[in-house]
Amino acid sequence: MVDLRELIQKVLQAKNKLELQNLKTQFLGKNSQINQEFKKLGSLAEDERKTRAASLNNEKQKITEAINSRFKELEKSEINQKLQKDKVDVTLPARERPNGKIHPVSQVIDEISSIFSEIGFSVAEGPDVETEYNNFTALNTPEDHPARDMHDTFYLDGNKKILLRTHTSPVQIRAMLSGKPPFKIIVPGRTYRCDSDQTHAPMFHQLEGLHIDKDITMGHLKGCLDYFVKEFFEVKKLQMRFRPSHFPFTEPSAEVDIGYRLENGRIIVGEGDKWLEILGCGMVHPNVLKNAKVDPKKFQGFAFGMGIDRLAMLKYGINDLRSFFEADYRWLNYFGFDPLDVPTNYRGLSR
Amino acid sequence: MIITLSWLKNHLSTSANLSKIIDKLTGIGLEVEGIKGSQGELSDFKVVKVLKVEKHPNADKLKLCDVSLGKNKTIKVVCGAANARNGLITIYAPPGSVIPKTKMKLKVAKIRGVESHGMLCSESELNISDESDGIIELKNREKDIGKNYFKNKGEKSIDISVTPNRPDCLGVRGIARDLSSSGLGQLKKQPQIKINQKFKNPIKVSIKKEKNQGCGIFGSVYIKNVQNKESPDWLKKRIISLGLKPISAIVDATNYVMYDLNRPLHAYDADKIDQEIIVRNSKIGESFEALDNKTYKLQNNMCSVSDKSGVLGLGGIIGGNRSATELSTKNVLLESAYFFPSSIRKTSKILSIDTDAKYRFERGIDPDSVKLGLELGMCMILDMCGGEASKLSIVGKIQDKRPTINLEPEKFLKVIGFSMTIAEIKKILISLGCSLKIIGKKIKVLPPSWRPDIKEDIDLIEELIRIKGFDKISLVHPERTRSKETLSFKQKLFHLSQRATATKGYLEAVTWSFTDSRIDKHFSQGKKAIEIANPISSDLNVLRRSIFSNLIIYLKKNQDRGYPDLSLFEIGPTFFGNKPGEQQIILGGLKSGVANRKSWDSQARNIDVFDVKADSVKTLTELGIEEDDLHISNKTQDYYNPGRSGSINLKSANGPQLAFFGEIHPAIVSNVDLKEQNVCGFEIFLKNIPEPKKKHRLAKKNYSVSEFQKSERDFAFVIDKSYKAGEVEKLINEVDKDLIKKVLIFDVFEGGNMPEGKKSIAINVTIQSMDKTLSEKDIHEVSQKIINIVKAKTGGTIRS
Repeated sequence: MVDLRELIQKVLQAKNKLELQNLKTQFLGKNSQINQEFKKLGSLAEDERKTRAASLNNEKQKITEAINSRFKELEKSEINQKLQKDKVDVTLPARERPNGKIHPVSQVIDEISSIFSEIGFSVAEGPDVETEYNNFTALNTPEDHPARDMHDTFYLDGNKKILLRTHTSPVQIRAMLSGKPPFKIIVPGRTYRCDSDQTHAPMFHQLEGLHIDKDITMGHLKGCLDYFVKEFFEVKKLQMRFRPSHFPFTEPSAEVDIGYRLENGRIIVGEGDKWLEILGCGMVHPNVLKNAKVDPKKFQGFAFGMGIDRLAMLKYGINDLRSFFEADYRWLNYFGFDPLDVPTNYRGLSR
Repeated sequence: MIITLSWLKNHLSTSANLSKIIDKLTGIGLEVEGIKGSQGELSDFKVVKVLKVEKHPNADKLKLCDVSLGKNKTIKVVCGAANARNGLITIYAPPGSVIPKTKMKLKVAKIRGVESHGMLCSESELNISDESDGIIELKNREKDIGKNYFKNKGEKSIDISVTPNRPDCLGVRGIARDLSSSGLGQLKKQPQIKINQKFKNPIKVSIKKEKNQGCGIFGSVYIKNVQNKESPDWLKKRIISLGLKPISAIVDATNYVMYDLNRPLHAYDADKIDQEIIVRNSKIGESFEALDNKTYKLQNNMCSVSDKSGVLGLGGIIGGNRSATELSTKNVLLESAYFFPSSIRKTSKILSIDTDAKYRFERGIDPDSVKLGLELGMCMILDMCGGEASKLSIVGKIQDKRPTINLEPEKFLKVIGFSMTIAEIKKILISLGCSLKIIGKKIKVLPPSWRPDIKEDIDLIEELIRIKGFDKISLVHPERTRSKETLSFKQKLFHLSQRATATKGYLEAVTWSFTDSRIDKHFSQGKKAIEIANPISSDLNVLRRSIFSNLIIYLKKNQDRGYPDLSLFEIGPTFFGNKPGEQQIILGGLKSGVANRKSWDSQARNIDVFDVKADSVKTLTELGIEEDDLHISNKTQDYYNPGRSGSINLKSANGPQLAFFGEIHPAIVSNVDLKEQNVCGFEIFLKNIPEPKKKHRLAKKNYSVSEFQKSERDFAFVIDKSYKAGEVEKLINEVDKDLIKKVLIFDVFEGGNMPEGKKSIAINVTIQSMDKTLSEKDIHEVSQKIINIVKAKTGGTIRS
């Protein structure tokens, strides 16, 4: 007979998995007592055999259960023991992950494109090297026009026919010459003036806008810029004023100021007692349309130009224009944007 | 343009206060840039009386003065002037004030042991005149003691930024007219001038008829027996308020008229003119000494006012010393002329001269103001200096080129968005000086002679809305519709590659499009520098041929700041010629230093070619190119280390150039003098990335994966060193496209017991079928094929 209680007692006392394995072989293996008993079954009468077999099976099951349960217990305690020993100092530095950044100018160009995309503008481009004709003459700024003095121009040839564009406006000419109206474009790009001090850089970024159709009025110009400025600065209340000004390529021409106040030395755009000039605009001069082979009797519209770097400075509190172009690792890290931070309309322009 | 309120009120009757005027000016396009004066330096100077003068105890030439500031307030001032005496009324500068001449700020100081509270001033110290001999002596000013000396100076001056289309507003009267037009007052009538002019101008004037003659009209008047002197106070103050220095009554009068009416005048000492005035084109080689004491060498065809002896001055630009008026001048020839803007501009540009007159003439002076200017200048001189004036002599005539403009009121509505009545149009245009003829609904407009900028109807529309006010335009909200894609394929690539690179740990830099030719030449493959004719500095003298030129400069600057481990990138134009369009967008990255520098658990290692290979390959696949289509070879540019750099082409060695990557050539690294010499870079050529015919989502193959077991087999081949690992990989891949799912090179070994010129490559191959579980036999067959093909193509043998 098998002493079930004694066997189970031994199982419960097994100290580790190996001991338990040995017990399992001993109690349930080929040579185990219970196996011997099973072998004897054949020699018993049928009735007795049935009862005996049932009782043996019952015993075997109990032993198996006891072993399995002890096994689980031992496993658990082994893991626990291991966990007790296996500890790391999680305050040690983590492995490096690359951490790149997007330049504020690029981020702001993305923001602006997203805003204008919403009202149907598409992005156009033009070359940085321009002809004197496209940069000035076609834009109603003939050679002896004093307005040329306001653009300190980099030239690439002695005859002053080839230059680095002083504004993104020549792209107006290129865009109109290469297509048919209506035109509804924005043009972000690099622009150049040979002027360099604390507040001027020899290269900076401009955003040009052009909307030409049959009945685009100055009211549309105002509405478009009002929409843009509020979206860009992410404020609902914003004071804006149009001041008459002069650009040879638009007429009437205006400069646009927005209201702001100072808080702890930082400019807060929106409402306030101070005005800040942010862009120039106007109705495209008929001469410009003519030069771009657009019939000014049939088509009219507006254009605007603004400094992207300046917008970035205002929105993100950057003080020094020149620092944009100095690629200082510390500056890029501080003012740069996470590449996952893609400006969109529905998730918001900025964090 | 600077104006003062009192000067403005000479032309405008208005009850508006300063702040209202300032707001209005800005509102009509005369932007106020600043207000000066009220707290300005000149309001510090007081009229004082010297009560008692004693000798300075420690200095023979110095005096110790008790000075009364009025209201029983007395202070002590040390003074060196010989004329300091009891009872003298003079001007006192208190501590804290700034002396205009020396720009020195006064403070209470001990002079030879005696404390002095401020100083007593000479005229020269206050920039009133050149008189420096002794302190100012004021007569009959007893009642002003304690008051400001510069009374009008206490008045605020308004600095207005006048746009180049508005020459008329370079005179106070023009500004007054605009203000009056906008409803801020009444423009006063110019006083009638009646002078007895009996004799004929004795100096003959002629404008030579020749091509490119720069002078249209030359008016002059001869004033004899004048007594030139200092200007009276009121005139001096106005001249000073303009930021100019009073010189003499005659010169100050010409400057006054210039700023009052935007009408430049010039005064000659008539006795210094050799016989007659001839306005003619200069000849190359002629020269003259101008009023700025510089000698100008003239070229052909510069408009010169000359006499029989030669050039006297450049008309409309600058006069000459030879005929300059002095205090001793007895007879004056006063000039009021019209010079053509283009001529003025050309000459002044060549000679680099900038004067008030030039600034005005090049923007366009009212040709009809010749006579009025002469009369006003003449009257002022007669008033101040006495004398007798000749009859006016005006030679030359210019064609009146003013157009008659047809203005349709509907056009205003069409451009601006609201309509304006004919009555209002009429009122505004007339107030600006236009002449109108109204025929039914059409208006014929003749602009005034002082508005050369008004040429067509749009110019009038601008005037109308400018005066009416831009705030009257109601805005039209934009429609939120889009009929065209915002970005083109190339533009999308630009933005995607930018962010893709940043996700790999690179910081985006934006650097100049120009660079230092000495650096650019390292990366330009021997091509000619693209020079800028007028660079801002010698180290920014060429357009960059490579995206690396500036990046490496800034890499160095950052390394020098103590950051050796860097990843920088820029996406922007590089240039291959100096014609428009000879540029392309390049994305370039530079990386330097060590990975895992000072890591507690990872081995530090130099970053190398395989880092930048990973960055460029990954970026290209993110841009939509299949990795299988990236053909990699070692054919690179000479600025990379030839043995440690690669080229990525589309599909084959001769396919479009997608990228280069590798270590930067050590010679360049040492030439640029980088502290951390381990530098790698990559360039991606966005223009060579083809636009797929179908969108990526449509071009994807159907999804299918095998449900059957996969097997992996490792092979080690011994092959000639000349074979690239990539070639072996490609060979194996092509053995059986259906069964071979993946080929991975996991070890490369040379040297040791390897035969000379050989290397061992260990490759892991994954074999799997789509439709059955492969038997040992099937796998063996594939393996054998792999071994056979590698052997056949490369001679490589399987390592036992």
